[in-house]
Amino acid sequence: MKRVKVAALSFLVVVVLASALADLIAPSSYEHQFREMPNARCSSQHLLGTDALGRDRFSRLLFGTRVSLLLAPAAALVSAGLAGLIGGIAGYAGGGLQRIVMAGTDLCLSLPWMFLLLTIRAMLPLNTSPAISVAITFALLGCLGWAGAARVVCADAQKLKSAEFILQARATGCGGFRLFLQHFLPNLGPVLLAQFWISIPTFILAEANLGILGLGVSEPLPSWGGMLQELQSLTLVSARAWVYVPIILLVATVSCFHVMMQREEPWA
Amino acid sequence: MRRQILLLSWAMAALMTCGYARGQNSGQMRFCLSAQPKTLDPLKVADDASETVRYLTGGVLVRVDRDTQKLMPELATAWRVNRAGNSISFTLRDKVRFSDGSPFTASDVAYTVERLMDPDLHSPTGDSFRSTTGRVQTKVQDPHHVTVTFPAPVVGLDRLFDQVAIMPARSPQNFMAVLGPYYIAENKAGSYLLLKRNPSYWKKDSSGRQLPYIESIRLEVQQNRDRELIRLMRGEVDFINSVNAEGFDLLKSQASQMAFDAGVSLDSEQIWFNQAPTAPLPDYKKAWFTSKHFRRAISSAINREDLARIVFHGHAQPAVSMISPANKFWFNQKLKPHSYDRKLALRELELGGFQLRENILRDAAGHTVEFSVITNAGNKDRERMAAMIQEDLRAIGIRLNIVTLDFPSLIERITRTLNYEGCLLGFVNDELDPNAQMTVWLSSADNHQWNPNQKTPATTWEAEIDRLMREQASSMDPQKRKRDIDLVQEIVWEQEPFIYLVNKHALSAISPNLRNAHPVSLRPQVYWNIEQLALAPDVKRPL
Repeated sequence: MKRVKVAALSFLVVVVLASALADLIAPSSYEHQFREMPNARCSSQHLLGTDALGRDRFSRLLFGTRVSLLLAPAAALVSAGLAGLIGGIAGYAGGGLQRIVMAGTDLCLSLPWMFLLLTIRAMLPLNTSPAISVAITFALLGCLGWAGAARVVCADAQKLKSAEFILQARATGCGGFRLFLQHFLPNLGPVLLAQFWISIPTFILAEANLGILGLGVSEPLPSWGGMLQELQSLTLVSARAWVYVPIILLVATVSCFHVMMQREEPWA
Repeated sequence: MRRQILLLSWAMAALMTCGYARGQNSGQMRFCLSAQPKTLDPLKVADDASETVRYLTGGVLVRVDRDTQKLMPELATAWRVNRAGNSISFTLRDKVRFSDGSPFTASDVAYTVERLMDPDLHSPTGDSFRSTTGRVQTKVQDPHHVTVTFPAPVVGLDRLFDQVAIMPARSPQNFMAVLGPYYIAENKAGSYLLLKRNPSYWKKDSSGRQLPYIESIRLEVQQNRDRELIRLMRGEVDFINSVNAEGFDLLKSQASQMAFDAGVSLDSEQIWFNQAPTAPLPDYKKAWFTSKHFRRAISSAINREDLARIVFHGHAQPAVSMISPANKFWFNQKLKPHSYDRKLALRELELGGFQLRENILRDAAGHTVEFSVITNAGNKDRERMAAMIQEDLRAIGIRLNIVTLDFPSLIERITRTLNYEGCLLGFVNDELDPNAQMTVWLSSADNHQWNPNQKTPATTWEAEIDRLMREQASSMDPQKRKRDIDLVQEIVWEQEPFIYLVNKHALSAISPNLRNAHPVSLRPQVYWNIEQLALAPDVKRPL
C-alpha cells in the first residue's frame, strides 16, 4: 500500500509540476490557432495533435491541468471551511439549532445542484474575463458543495462534545466561544481534512460536467472539462486515439487523490 | 429432368422479376425524427417533426418544387390570383379521394381555409396569410371551382398554399383522412410513427403505376445525432435529412457514396450588437454598437473563409446579406461577401474615433474596447465560430468575452431583459419569399433583434427598410418587389445590423438502399420527391 501511495504521490507531483511550469514546457500558447492545421495528427510540432481550431492540444492540456488543479483544491477549501463552520456550530450547539441547521442541509442536498448552478451562472455578469469566469465557476462549486460535508462534520462534532477533554475544559470553566475556537474546532481538523481531499476530485468532475454542457470555463482558457467536450465528437473519437489523453489524465489524477486519502488499515 | 430444370429456372426468373417489382412498389423506408411531433393537425404545425408528418401525409393545392423553386400544380390543376392580390381561384383535380375513400371537392378547400383562418385556432400557417384583420370569404362555384378572398392583399398568395394541407369537410376521421401520399397508421408516442401508403392517392408514374413506390415509412424518434449516424451506417435507417459537417466528413471517409452535399442552404449564421436604447448597458458601449463604422470594422476583421473552412469543414460559404444565394430569385447578385481586411477594419475604426495603441483599442473617450458575445451552450459550431472571431478581433486590439448560456436564458436576454452586448445565433429559413422576414426587418417588430419594438424608426436607414418592406408587401408586381428587396439587401449589407457570417450547406446522408434520391438545398432536402423514392429490392435490416 505504501508503494502505491508513493507512486500516486509521484504522479501527482509530476502533474502539478508540469502544469505549474506550463509556460516553459508548452510548445505554444494555449490560445494560438494554427488555422492551416486543424485536427492535426500527433507530430513533433504538436505532440498530441491540434484541436478543431488548430490549437496545440498538448499546450492546452498543460494549461488546462493548471486551471483544474489550482482551482479545484481552492473550491474544496471553501467548501470544507463552510462545512466546518456550519456543521461544527450545529454539532456544538445541539438541540433545536442543530435540527434547524441539519434540516437546511438536507434541503440543500435535495436540490438539483447542476440546474441551480446553470441558473446562477446564467445570472452572472457577461463581461468577465475568462480567468475571472473560471474563478467564479469554482467559487460557486465551493459555495454550493458544503452540505454533504457539513453533515459528516456535525456528526463528528456531536461525538466530540461528549469527549473527556471537552468535559474537562468545561469543568475548568472554559465555555462558549472560547471552548469552540480553542478546543472544539481544532479537533475537527482530521474530518475536515478528509472532506477537503474528497471534495477535490468531486469538483474536478463537476467542472468537467459543466464543460461537457458547454457551461464551464469560457474560451479561450482551457480546462479538463472543456477538453473532454471533444469526446462528444463521433468523428474525432473514432479516428484519433490521442483525444482520450485528457480523460486518462483526469481518471488517473482523481484515482491518485483517492489513493492518497486511504488510511492504512492494520491486517486483522 | 431437363424440363424440370427449365421450369425451375423460369420460376426463379419470375420470382426475381416479382421481387424487383416489389422493390419498386413495396418495402418500408425508415428515418429519424429529432423529436415527437407536437401535433398531427396539419393546420397547427409549428415544429420540424410535425412539418415532416404534414409533408408526407398532407395533400396541397399547389407545391413549390424544391429543385426548380417553381410553383407546380397538385390538387389544383389551375389557379389565378386577382389583380388586387387578395383573391385566388382554384380549379380542382377531378376523381381525387381522401385516404378514407371520401371524395375531394371544393367544399373541402373552403372548410380548410375557413378553419385555417379561424383566429381561435392560432394556426402558425394561417398567420402567414393574415396581413390585416377581417374575415376570409370562400365561394364554392361547383365541386371543382372555389374562390378564396382575403380582407387585404396577401403577398405571394399562391405560394403560401404550399403549406396548406387540405382537410376533409365531412369525413368522421377528420384530419387523419388525408390527400397526401401516406396516412398515419400507427403512432407510438416518443417511439415511432408508422405511415402507410394512401390507397386512394391520385398520382401515377409515367407508366401508369400507382405512386408512391414505397409501401410504408417508419419515423423513429431519435434525439441523438451521433446515434442517428451510427444507425444509418448499420443500415437501420435509410437517410439523414440534415447532417453536421463533422458527421458528413466521417461518412465521406468511410462510405463516400452515402454523403451528399446539396450546396448552400437558406440558413445563415450571424452576429449582432444590442442597439436598444433601453438596454442596461453603459452609454459609451451603446455608442459603439450604434456606430456603422464600428460594426463594419468588426465585419471586416472576421475571416469568414476560415470560419467556413475550419468550423464547417468547407461545407459552408461566406454569407452576404439577409438572403442566401440559395434563394435563386430573391438573392441580390450584385452583392459580394464582406472581405477579410484588417487594414480596412482599422480604417473604419479610425473613422469611428477609435485608436489602436499598444495593441489595445480605445474609443475617443479612452475606454478600452471590450465586449461580450452570448451564444447557446452545447452548439459546437457556434462556440468554435465565437472562438475564431475572438482571435480575429484580438488582432485589432479588441477583447471579446464569449459567454455560453443555456437556450432559455439566452432567449430571455435577447427578447425580454435586453441585457446583453452581442449575440451569435443562426436563422433557419424555410420560406423563399422574403415577405416571411417582415417580422425581422420592420423596426416596430418583436424580432427586429438589434433594437426591437421601436415606436418610430431609430435611424434613417431603418426607416428606409420599413418603407421598402411595406412597399414590396403591398405590391403584386414581382419585378417591383424584387427591386425593393434588392435595395433592402444593399442597405443591410452597408449598415450591417446583422453581421452575416456564413451560409451552411445542406448536407445529407443517404443509404445505397434508397433509390431515386436527389437531395436539394431546400427543406425537406432528401424526401422532397417522396413519391419517386424507391427501395432496393433486397434491403436487409439488422435485427
